[in-house]
Order: sequence, then C-alpha cells, then structure tokens
Amino acid sequence: MERDTHFVTGVYEDEDVLLQAITQVRSSGIKIHEVYSPYPVHGIDDYLGYKRSKLPIAAFLFGLLGTTLALTMQFYMMKFDWPMIIGGKDYGAFPDFIPVTFELTVLLASFGMVGVFMVSTNLKPWAQPRIFDLRITDDKHVMAIDIANNSAMELAKIEEILKSSGASEVNKKSFE
Amino acid sequence: MQVTSSVREPLVTGGKTYHDVTHDVSRHVEAKPNIRWFLAFLTSAGVLALGSIAVIATVWEGIGMWGLNKTVGWAWDITNFVWWVGIGHAGTLISAVLLLFRQKWRTSINRAAEAMTIFAVICAAMFPVLHMGRPWLGAYWALPLPNVFGSLWVNFNSPLLWDVFAISTYFSVSLVFWYIGLIPDFATIRDRATGLRKIIYGALSFGWDGAAKSWSRYESVSLILAGLATPLVLSVHTIVSFDFATSVIPGWHTTIFPPYFVAGAIFSGFAMVLTLMIVTRKVYKLEDYITMGHIELMNIVIIITGSIVGIAYITEFFIAWYSGVEAEQYAFINRATGPYWWAYWSMMTCNVISPQLFWFKKIRTSIVATFALSIVVNIGMWFERFVIIVTSLHRDYLPSSWAMFYPTWADVGVYLFTFGLFFTLFFLFAKFFPVINMAEVKSVLKSSSDKVHK
Repeated sequence: MERDTHFVTGVYEDEDVLLQAITQVRSSGIKIHEVYSPYPVHGIDDYLGYKRSKLPIAAFLFGLLGTTLALTMQFYMMKFDWPMIIGGKDYGAFPDFIPVTFELTVLLASFGMVGVFMVSTNLKPWAQPRIFDLRITDDKHVMAIDIANNSAMELAKIEEILKSSGASEVNKKSFE
Repeated sequence: MQVTSSVREPLVTGGKTYHDVTHDVSRHVEAKPNIRWFLAFLTSAGVLALGSIAVIATVWEGIGMWGLNKTVGWAWDITNFVWWVGIGHAGTLISAVLLLFRQKWRTSINRAAEAMTIFAVICAAMFPVLHMGRPWLGAYWALPLPNVFGSLWVNFNSPLLWDVFAISTYFSVSLVFWYIGLIPDFATIRDRATGLRKIIYGALSFGWDGAAKSWSRYESVSLILAGLATPLVLSVHTIVSFDFATSVIPGWHTTIFPPYFVAGAIFSGFAMVLTLMIVTRKVYKLEDYITMGHIELMNIVIIITGSIVGIAYITEFFIAWYSGVEAEQYAFINRATGPYWWAYWSMMTCNVISPQLFWFKKIRTSIVATFALSIVVNIGMWFERFVIIVTSLHRDYLPSSWAMFYPTWADVGVYLFTFGLFFTLFFLFAKFFPVINMAEVKSVLKSSSDKVHK
C-alpha cells in the first residue's frame, strides 16, 4: 500500500452483541469496512448486506466441464481412436463410462471451486493479510471502519457510536 | 463463554470460553514434544523402517516374494487394500455427511477423522501399486497415457481402472476439504506465535484474515464440498466392491456388494476413529471436547452399520442357496465349514456378535469396552475381506488347482510397513497440527443457546 490507511476498530466479545452493533452502526450512516471473527457467525452476511456467494455457480460450471471432458475422453479413446471388443460390449459402452465420468465431475467441481475460492479470498502462502487485532483468531470480533470512507462524520462521533453499540474496546489501527 | 441449554446436553463440557478452546488445542502444537511423543513416534518410524525392507524386497524381486500362487492371485495385498480404504471412509463421512445432516457434534472429531482418512488412503494405495510388480510402469496401466504395451489406451470398461479414478479423486478431494478446514486454525496458531513458527504457520494459513466475507465463502465452499464428497465417499467403496462383483467368481458375483461394502467401510472407519480418539483425548486431556456423548454416538453408528453388515452376511448366504447355483452354494458352505472356517467365524464373531454388546448403555459408555471393541471390529473387518477374497479363490474351477494361501514374511512386512506409515503420519499430525477444529467448535459453543453465562 502506498498511502497510509487508518481505521477505527471496535472490539466485541459476543456474537449477539456484534450483530446488534452492526445494525446500529449501519443505521447511523457509518460504512463498515469489514468485520473479523474467530469463527463463522451465523447470519452475519445478512446484517452486513453481503450478497450470497457465487461459488456454487463456479462449482457447477467446473463440474459440467468435468462431465464433458470425461465423456469426450472415454468415447474418443474407446470408440474412435482404438476400438476393441471387450466382453462383447459396444465400443462406446456408455454405462461403463459412468463411474469415471462421475469421479472426474466431482474432481473438477471441487478443485475448480476451491481454486476460485483461493483467488477470490486472496489465499496464498505468501499473502500478507491485514490483521486488525491478533485476538480475532482467538476470541474477539472486530469491526473495522475506514476513516477515509466516512469523512463526513467526525472521528469522535464514530468512536462514540461504536462504544454505545457494545464494543468493549475502541482502538485505532493504521497500515502502511 | 460457555452456553447451556435447558433442553440439550452441551456439545462441549467444562464451561469452556472461546479462549479456552484456542488454548486447549493450540498448546499441544506450541509445546516442545515430550518423551512419550518421541517414544511413540520412534516406535512407529521403526516399524516403518522394518517394513520397508519387505517393500524393497517386493519391488526388487517381484511379487513372487508374496505367498500368492496361481490359484490364489489376490490375498493379503488386496485384503489390506480394501481394509485400509474402508477405514478411510469415516473421516469424510463424519465431515461431509454429518455436515449435511447438521450434526454439530461432528465438529470435535472431524479434523482427526479426516486426517486418519487421508493417511489410511495413502496406506491403501500402497497395495495396488506394489501389486503391479513394476510400479515404475504403473502410470501406463493406471492412467490414460497412450502406450504400446498392450492396447493403446487403458480399458475404461474395467472396474480396476474405475478404482484408480475413484481412489485418487477421493484422496485429493478429502485432502483439499481437510486443508480448507485447517486454514483458519493455522491462522490462530500464527497469531499466537512469534519467530520461525509465525513464518511457518503464516505460510500454512495462506494469509487467512477472518473477515466476514472470507467466512461466508469458506462456509459456501465447505457446504458444496460436503455435497460433493457425500456421493463420492459412497462411490469409492461401491467401486471397490465392483472389483469383485463384476467378476464371475462364485462368492464375488453378487449385487449386494456395493451397499454391503459401504456399510462395512463406515463400520470399520468409525471403529478406527474410536481407537485413535480415545487415546488422543486421554493423552491431550481433551475429554471436554470429545465427550462421552461423542463416544456413545459413534458406538450407535457402529451398532447400526454392524447390523447392516450382519444382515448382508446372512442375505448372501441365503441368496447363494436360493439361487440354485451349485458353485455359489458350495462357495458359501466352504466359507463356513471349509479349511478357512476359522477366518469365517472370526469375522462373524467380531463383526456381527460383538458390536451387539453396544446395545447395553453401560458398555457403550465405557471407555475400556469401547476401546477393546473398536479393535475387535477392525480385526473382524480384516477377516471379512480375507474371507471374501481368499476363500472365494482357493477352490478353483478345477479341483486339481485347489490350493491354500500361506503368507510369507514379505506379506507380513508390507502390512507392517503400512501400519508404520499410518502411525508415523498420525503422530506427526497430532504434534504439529491442531487436532480439533477450533473455529468450528467455537461456532457451536453458543449455537444451541437459550442462556448465556460468562
């Protein structure tokens, strides 16, 4: 990052308090940068107004690709490229191709979806994540508010809203 | 903060807070390995080294080192293969099927069970690879690479080839599923660590940030992977059973094999999970996470699948008689009363009779009894595969070809090798990886709440 970015963070102890706080903070006109939690909080997407993930669509498309590739490969090899009579069956013995087709569908759907997940969530061994508070992977929920995105509101006012919404601590955090 | 519900038993006992969960699991990764761990690790590594002599001998001399003969062409090798693959079914069943059924108790055991799955599948894969005789040419026989050793391509009509695809897909999808679950927990260890450990676990955690958006995608991925892994886990042992069922050997040629193999796989897999978890929870003092409730539920799964297996044995016997086919009838009478009667009755006792003891609440809530029976079940399941494979083969079509199978030291050695490999990997896992899925346990601490106390 070239320019410094400054955040106000509210630390929450409890997921129910956090969900109420999200509603309160959003209704007071503050834009929330992101909320960080040690575990998936049920229903938090709706409170933050996040849309449903499109990953299932990615999985479906990759699965479709797997099915197509598997069937094409088996028919090409067994029926067209090198036909052989095996057990008196048809060269293109479709029922015999189902198991491998199924496995390749699952394989491509899983790997494709996980690949999309890694790219979209920026997961890679050398990634340097912004850690707003070391306790977010332990026992605290942290709501981060980008000051630059909320320039209409005074800093003290944001801090006051966070406090009144149930935050146990309100801190400032900057990244280079 | 621990939560109690007035209507439900808590999944995690002992009034644990979120921080307690982090601490109770992470401290084992952070602590220096103690002498007991080293002893256990060195013992299994020693068995691995000892067994590798048999593996090297097999690769060097060929599979003539094994006790196979022209009548019994599959014996310990394929028995061990099916046995290990069966064990490798519990992990994905626990993490995928129980996730779809919203069985939240799975969160404390899924991590270790999935690790066990992955290691068991690695052990299983050893056997078909070694059985190729010349494993360095294996890629041509197992993968669709054009070659001139026989036909140009591999034979997609063969269930043995379906097995290659099934096992490798199962292994790689299970591995990915397991690793996705590990990422947030590696991040937890990263954020508690300093120095080298922070760098290593930082890389392993793939830069996990715990953002709500990331969690939302994580949950999406877990759910879809569970949906894909559920039919996958059922397909794997189905296809393993096709190796037998599609052939015309009396005793193998039956349509009951796929469901019967899948039930047997879950049965032995849960038994192995219990064997390992009972020791792990004791050594790591995780009794509040893997509670008696977990053990009891797993024992109930064992009764159900054990009974399915028992019914399958009886059905098989009945259908062999009812079919009117003399060869089939003989194959089954020979199993029970022939020269391998002791294997058949070991299987019957261990798999059908002994798990029925779990109907008694006293027995299924006893650690000692559960541990002992879990081992009995796995002995029984080994005999099941031995009975299916060897007793069906040893009476050939021509009585002049009838033979017995006697294992050689190399047969025993290769089996020992896989035990060494399995436990070496498991001990490494138990030391360096969080054995319980911390993030998911935290997510169920409160979810059955109607009352919160701090």
